[in-house]
Amino acid sequence: MQRRHFLKNTMATAAVALAATSGFLVPLKVLAWNKEAFNAKDVQGAMKASIGTELTTASDKINIKAPDIAENGAVVPVTISSTLSDVKSITIISEKNPTPLIAKFNLKGKAEALVSTRIKMGKTSNLIAICESGGKFYSARKEVKVTIGGCGG
Amino acid sequence: MAKKSIKIRAKAKNGVVTVKALISHKMETGLRKDKKTGKVISAHFIEAVDCDHNGAPVLNAEWGVGISKNPYLSFKFAGASGDTVKLTWKDNTGKSDTLETKVK
Repeated sequence: MQRRHFLKNTMATAAVALAATSGFLVPLKVLAWNKEAFNAKDVQGAMKASIGTELTTASDKINIKAPDIAENGAVVPVTISSTLSDVKSITIISEKNPTPLIAKFNLKGKAEALVSTRIKMGKTSNLIAICESGGKFYSARKEVKVTIGGCGG
Repeated sequence: MAKKSIKIRAKAKNGVVTVKALISHKMETGLRKDKKTGKVISAHFIEAVDCDHNGAPVLNAEWGVGISKNPYLSFKFAGASGDTVKLTWKDNTGKSDTLETKVK
C-alpha cells in the first residue's frame, strides 16, 4: 500500500514536471515576488516598495467591507470595492502587522474593481486599502478590532 | 493526477462573472513556533495567484504572509457563461497548481 502510494505520488510529480517543461503550464506572468515590499516592517516602507509612493489621496469611493470586531485575527474576511474608474490595482495593508503589506491585486483587462479575501491581523489596527486609478493612488481606512491575534502564537 | 488544491465556482449574471475560489494551503508565516520543540516553523505561503479569462489575464495577485490559511479569493469581471476561467498559484517553495473551469 505504502509503495503504491509512493509510486502514485512520484508519477504525479513527474507529470507536473513534464507539463511544466513542455510549456503546458503557462509560466506565471508575475515578476519576481516583491520581497522588499512584503518584508517591510512599517507602512511607509511597504507602500514605497509596493506602489512606489507613500502619498495617497483619501477617497470615499473605496469601500472596505470588514467586520468592526474580528473575534479571530487569523481569519478576517475583507472585501474591497471601488467606484473609481479604471482601477489598475488594489493593495491591502494592515497597519500593525509584523509585515504590514498583505496583498496587491493587479487587475487586468475586464476585471472589475472588487476583490474579496480573508486576511490575518496581528492586533487591532487600521486596514488601509489603496486603489490605483489613472496613475494616481487613492486610499481608504477602516479600523478592525481584533480580540485574538492571528500572527505568531 | 495529484489531488487538486483549488476549488473554483464561477457564475455569470448580467454580463458579470463572479469567481469564488478556495485554495488549500497552510500559509505559514515563518513567525510561528512549534509548541513542542520551540523551533520556528519556516515560512511557506502562496506568493502569486494568476487568473485568466479565456486565456487573457484578469488578475495577478501578489500575496504576502498576511493572507489567511486556506485562502479564499473572490473577484469579478465582465464575461459570459461558457467562458473559461483559469487559476494558477505558486508558493515560495516553488510549488504550484492550476485549475481551469467553465463559467456557469
